Amino acid sequence: MTPPQKPLSRVVEACPPSGIRKFFDLAQTMKGVITLGVGEPDFPTPWGVREAAIHALSRGATTYTGNSGLPELRELICADLAARHGVTYRPADECLVTSGVSEGLDLALRALINPGDEVIVPEPSYVAYQPCVAFAGGVAVPVAMDPAQGYRLDAERIAAAVTPRTKAVLFGSPSNPTGAAQSAEDLAAVVALAEREDFWLVSDEIYDRLTYTGTHTSTAAIAGAWDRTVLLNGFSKSYAMTGWRVGYVCAPEPLAALMHRIHQYTMLCAPHVSQVAAIEALRSAEPDVAEMVADYDRRRRLFVKGLDELGLTCPEPGGAFYAFPSIRASGLSSQDFAEQLLNEQKVAVVPGDVFGPSGEGHVRCSYATALPLLEEALERIGHFLSSRT
Amino acid sequence: MREILSVLESDARATPDRIAALTGIAEDEVRTAIAAWEADGVIRRYKAVVDWDRAGDSRVTAFVDVTVAPERGRGFDDVAERIAKFREIRAVHLVSGAQDLRVEVEGASMKEVADFVAQKLSGVERVTATSTHFLLRRYKDDGQLLTDPEPDQRLSVMP
Repeated sequence: MTPPQKPLSRVVEACPPSGIRKFFDLAQTMKGVITLGVGEPDFPTPWGVREAAIHALSRGATTYTGNSGLPELRELICADLAARHGVTYRPADECLVTSGVSEGLDLALRALINPGDEVIVPEPSYVAYQPCVAFAGGVAVPVAMDPAQGYRLDAERIAAAVTPRTKAVLFGSPSNPTGAAQSAEDLAAVVALAEREDFWLVSDEIYDRLTYTGTHTSTAAIAGAWDRTVLLNGFSKSYAMTGWRVGYVCAPEPLAALMHRIHQYTMLCAPHVSQVAAIEALRSAEPDVAEMVADYDRRRRLFVKGLDELGLTCPEPGGAFYAFPSIRASGLSSQDFAEQLLNEQKVAVVPGDVFGPSGEGHVRCSYATALPLLEEALERIGHFLSSRT
Repeated sequence: MREILSVLESDARATPDRIAALTGIAEDEVRTAIAAWEADGVIRRYKAVVDWDRAGDSRVTAFVDVTVAPERGRGFDDVAERIAKFREIRAVHLVSGAQDLRVEVEGASMKEVADFVAQKLSGVERVTATSTHFLLRRYKDDGQLLTDPEPDQRLSVMP
C-alpha cells in the first residue's frame, strides 16, 4: 500500500508553494478580520449577466462549445478590442476563449517555450508568472523594477537581462500587485527592444478597464508590437466575474494555432454558461463597469491618501485595485509586518516579497473593499504603527 | 463636478473633506459647488433611505392612477400642482399611458388612504377617475435593495 517510489515531477517539486497560502490559512481561523488581501472585486457579477446565465442554463447551455469558444463571443471580443484599444484580431483564428487568463497564460508559455528558453519577468509580478514559465519548461528571469519610479517598465533594466535565449518578456499592466499602469512611451521602449533582440511580449491586460489616471494602452497597439505580442485578457476583474473562469487570448495566427492545439487537448472549451454570461457582459454591462470603476476610484483616492498620512507612502497606483505601500518606516520586514498586523489588529494584507524580492519592504493592499471597512482598516493600521514607536 | 453629486446621492452625510478625499477635488471647491447647488435647487434636501417595515412601522402606501381633464392652455400643471400640495401625497408624476398622473399616497391605515382618495383626491377639480393600488411590500426603493444583502463569499486572502 505505498505509492511508487520514483520521484514525482522535479520541475513542480522545485517550485515553492505560494507565499500567500500561509496568510490565507491564518486569516481563515480568525474572526473580525478586515481583509485587504483579496485579489478580486467585492462587487457581485452584475445581475443582468447572472440573469442571462440562468436563462441560458434553463435553455440547455450545458454542453461543450467549439474549442475556440462561441463565435458570437469571439466576434464581440474582437470588436471590443478594436473599439477600445485600436487592435485588430480575426475572431476566426486569432482569438481563443479560455478558462480565465490563467489558462491563456499557460497556453501562451507552453506554445512559445522550448526547453531552457528564458522569459524575463519584470517584478514585483503576479505570483503565477514565474511558476508557469517553469512548468512550461522555461527559465524565468526576474528583473526588479524601481519603486522610486512607480514600478514603470524600464527597458534598460530589461535589456541588461536579455540573452540569446530570451524568448519573451511577460508582464501585466495595470499591475497586480503594484497597480502601476504602463505608459505608451515605456511600452514602446520595450517593444523596440523586443524587435531589436527578437523576442515576444506576453501582455496580461486583465485590469485594462480599471484605470484611473489615464486611458489604458494595449501593448499590441504600439507600432511594431502586434506581430510579436500575445494579448491576455478576460472578464474576471472588469465585470466582477472571477468565479466564472472565462477569459481570452489573442495572438498572430501561427502562435494562436499552437495555443489552440494545446487547448483542444487539455481544456476542450471554456465553460459554456460562462461564455454566454460573457456575451451578455459585453453587450449590456458597460454602465455596471462604469459604476464599479467610479467606486474603485473613490476608494483609491481615500485609501492612498490615508496610507500616505500614516507614513506608508506608495507611488500613485494608476490601475487595478491595489496599493503597494512601502512599510520601511515600520522597521519591519514585509512578512513580519503582515503577520503582526494580522495578529494584533486583524487586518490582512499580503507581504510584498511574495511577488518577488523587490517587493520586500512593501505590502499589497486591495481596496476592493467597502469604504467603511477601508476606513476602519486605516485606523487599525494607524494603531499598529503607533504602538511600535 | 458631477462626481460630488454622485457621492452625496449615495451618502448624504459625506462631509466636504471626505468628498474631497474621495474625488480628488479640493475641499473649498467642494464647499463652493455644494453651496451653489443648494441655492439653485439642484440639491433639494438630504435624506436617509428608511426601511419603515423593518422599523416596525405600519404606515400604508398606495399608488393611485389619476385621470384628468386637462385645462386649455395649462395642460396638467394646474391640477398636478394642486394635488401635490396635499400632506398625504408623497409623489406626483405625469406619465404616459391610459392614465395621466400617477401619485403616491401615504396614510396611517388603509381606511385613511381610502378616505383620502374618495373624499379629497377624486374631488379635485378636473379629476375624472382614480384607480388605487395598495403597496404590499417594498423590495427596492430609491435604488436601494431592501432585501438581505448577498453574503461575501470571497476567500480572505487570494493572489
